[in-house]
Amino acid sequence: MRAVATTTLIKGARSTRSTIALKLLMAASGIVFILFVLVHMYGNLKAFSGELAYNEYAEHLRTFGEPYLPYGGLLWILRVVLLGSLVAHVGSAVALSMRAHAQRPVKYAVKKNKASSLSSRTMRWGAVALLLFVVWHLLQFTIVKINVGAGGQAAEVTENPFRLLTAAFQPEQWWMVVIYLLAMLALAFHLHHGTFSAIQTLGFTNTAESRARARVAGWVVAIVVAGGFSLVPLFTVFGVIS
Amino acid sequence: MKLTLKIWRQANASEKGALKTYELDGVSSDMSFLEMLDLLNEQLLHNDEEPVAFDSDCREGICGMCSLMINGEAHGPEVTTTCQLHMRSFKDGDTITIEPWRATSFPIVKDLIVDRSAFDRIIQNGGYISANTGSAPEANSVPAPRDKAMRAFNTATCIGCGACVAACPNGSASLFLGAKITHLGELPQGQPERYSRVQSMVGQHDAEGFGGCTNIGECAAACPKEIPLDVISQLNKDLRKSMILG
Repeated sequence: MRAVATTTLIKGARSTRSTIALKLLMAASGIVFILFVLVHMYGNLKAFSGELAYNEYAEHLRTFGEPYLPYGGLLWILRVVLLGSLVAHVGSAVALSMRAHAQRPVKYAVKKNKASSLSSRTMRWGAVALLLFVVWHLLQFTIVKINVGAGGQAAEVTENPFRLLTAAFQPEQWWMVVIYLLAMLALAFHLHHGTFSAIQTLGFTNTAESRARARVAGWVVAIVVAGGFSLVPLFTVFGVIS
Repeated sequence: MKLTLKIWRQANASEKGALKTYELDGVSSDMSFLEMLDLLNEQLLHNDEEPVAFDSDCREGICGMCSLMINGEAHGPEVTTTCQLHMRSFKDGDTITIEPWRATSFPIVKDLIVDRSAFDRIIQNGGYISANTGSAPEANSVPAPRDKAMRAFNTATCIGCGACVAACPNGSASLFLGAKITHLGELPQGQPERYSRVQSMVGQHDAEGFGGCTNIGECAAACPKEIPLDVISQLNKDLRKSMILG
């Protein structure tokens, strides 16, 4: 799939090897992420029910499906699916953006954007920002369990999901709240265009009405997910969740 | 009207090009954009300079030959072709930047002229129906539903000018491709080759080096024939189905 101009006609082209197939892969993996963030956001709201309920929910995620699944089995299945989706999503994005750059090596001196949304124009750099955030987020709450607040790396904080969460968003760590809110803004942007784009790539927007509905879906997913996620750090820093 | 024109000058495909500034006086607001360039070329010839090379043919907005990126907009500020754009859309004293379509698949021939034969090859690779020629068949023997016929006619207005590629940050020809796929795919006559068509046309599109679509909508906004973005959805749907149907 190299970007080379040709003077010959291509015979036996396979649809599975096309740029549209790459886009379909991006759309399908993107939908996996949309479903994941919806469930993840909903689960986070358990923080409003207090320490006991939140920690019980965290433990329940590990015992889910027992004895059919081993302890933590569901989480490992999810991790494999998410990692696979990430490889597919980022891999296609890199391949497609390399094609795009090869197609326009000389930029326009003047170029106006007439129809594209800000969110659609920030997909690539916004994605890089999100990826960096996800790396930090996983280090902070899953892999290393970095406590930036009071109590340091003591086990009673790091092994208590609720305390690890609340310690991260205390007023003294206001900058952590800012990082998370900025990341949610980036996520909202990415979801706003990404949701619409996935629906269009899958070929479900064949009329003006269905296209308008897909745009509304983009707004709804972006606001519900980013808004829902932002509630927990905001209500923690203002002392409602404690 | 007096104008300052910044025009891309490039001797041929291999030379490096640059924007060159020209002052042009005596432009009438009733002139078309191409007539304004004709006036500039007369001035250049008078001064023994090389005239600016640009594409044009019918000058009626139906052939798809004219192009030009005008102040960062394909075919300029109005929803029409450059030949049907008039100088009344500009003001006295304006500076107008004129560039060629920029895409590796549309190599520059000279100045503002690009080679759009990549589009011809996409059409050659499936953008047709195979029908026996001879006497015209009875019109009512193959009924076509009205809404499908209207969609086919509306998308058949694509003149292949390449504005969609020029406006797209990825240099994708998806709107052009989608217009052809929808035009032929909506009609009964297009059905037998529907899925092999989408495979070979997309294959040619990719082999020509055009980029992938990111569904941002700049193409539809630039299209002088107002081809809507939903043709790209149709293209995606037909390609997706072709994966299963072979």
